[in-house]
Amino acid sequence: MSLAGHEPPPFFRRGPAPLVKLFVLVSLSLTMLVVDHRFRTLSFVRQVVGVAIAPLQLAIAEPLVWLDRSYANFGALTDAQQQNVALRAQLKEVQSRQLRLQSLETENDRLRTLMQLKTRLATQGKVAEILYAARDVFDRRVVIDKGAAQGIDEGQPVVDERGLIGQVTRVLPLFSEVRLITDKDQAVPVQVERSGLHAVLFGAGASELEIRFLAANTDVQPGDVVSTSGLDGVFLPGLPVARVKRVERESADGFARIVCDPIAGVENHGQVLVLDKRAPAPTLSSDSATSSSDKKSDDKKSAGGR
Amino acid sequence: MQPTNRSSRILQPVRYGFILFSLLGAFALNQLPVGRFYFMPDWVALVLLFWCVREPRRVGMFSAFLLGVLMDVAFGNLFGQHPLAYVVMAYLGAALSRRILWFPLSQQALHVFPLLLGCQVWMVLIRLVAGDEFPGVTYFASSVVAALLWTPLTFLLLLPQFRPVDKDENRPI
Repeated sequence: MSLAGHEPPPFFRRGPAPLVKLFVLVSLSLTMLVVDHRFRTLSFVRQVVGVAIAPLQLAIAEPLVWLDRSYANFGALTDAQQQNVALRAQLKEVQSRQLRLQSLETENDRLRTLMQLKTRLATQGKVAEILYAARDVFDRRVVIDKGAAQGIDEGQPVVDERGLIGQVTRVLPLFSEVRLITDKDQAVPVQVERSGLHAVLFGAGASELEIRFLAANTDVQPGDVVSTSGLDGVFLPGLPVARVKRVERESADGFARIVCDPIAGVENHGQVLVLDKRAPAPTLSSDSATSSSDKKSDDKKSAGGR
Repeated sequence: MQPTNRSSRILQPVRYGFILFSLLGAFALNQLPVGRFYFMPDWVALVLLFWCVREPRRVGMFSAFLLGVLMDVAFGNLFGQHPLAYVVMAYLGAALSRRILWFPLSQQALHVFPLLLGCQVWMVLIRLVAGDEFPGVTYFASSVVAALLWTPLTFLLLLPQFRPVDKDENRPI
């Protein structure tokens, strides 16, 4: 296509001009950014490519896990013995408490049936192991070794033995990602246990949490334990989440700045429990929907009657 | 004779297989779960930039885009964050390749550093616009380490191209 009417020799042919290529590829990436951030519709591509590179990731991660385990097996025998003694003592204590708990539970059940309250559903969960922290340094996520193949679903709460650590936000076939409660985008509806105050807890990054939108004169003190309120229908009520570290009341916008520390080992690695989803509670809207549909059917019946 | 990098030295042509192998190796190195250890360089960016500077006609923006997509999936980033940063870096690397290769290795590293830093700045900007947390200034330590690794990496990646040195007076080159 040169001026002379014949093509240039092949070693001068370099495809489209670099600037053109740059603009095309940059605009393609920008489109991908907007589509992924706004509409979240690229998860299909993520799944496909994720499956393709999963063997490589496993091949890299697995030896490190073995190394970690073998160190734990051989290097820490004395630690294990000490731990055993401590755990035995703890077990005795817990057993005695368990005895009391059983009697209390039966009593509680009786009282609840007396009060015609619904008994709280005991939920079950799956034990998973945290493989590694996600390499994305702009938010707080960890990768666990259970995925869609093991029945993990998006939105499931994740706890460790002390309290809530996060929520499953992305499920790949063999892994899933848990967004920690310290992530900036993660919000948990909570209740201050001492005063019964409802609030929303946000991650603040750097292993800290923050309760926002409470008035400056609110009844929160350092040392208060904050647990899930369960108002969202996702988290079970009563899971311990955080302990208030400091309360700053002299803020310009009239809200108190309440900084908390997570109770669970949020940024530690180890085994976690992925809780099953809560059974959907009968909400007001569904009740009204059924009643309205009843009304409609009544109307129809009456219409048919006429 | 030790391998040198003087411009007088004549290299064998690069093999596609080795380029692919080195990029794959860099991708595997990036999979190491180091968490928030910021002194780990972004190996893919470094090796990609090396080939963009060295072989601008073989490795370019399109490979940068593909590698970026792979990285986004592997790291679980926002989709498009790595491709954008890598494509811009590959463009600048190829555009400056004639100039960069003129310098000795230590000064090449000085040229390469702003490109790697720019790559990280792009990613920070994208994520800040998307509303995520700023990881701290130490985050940029990664590209400093990467620039320091430029010299050893050049030796390592050019090793397969060094012609075995046997003195032959009758050979023209």
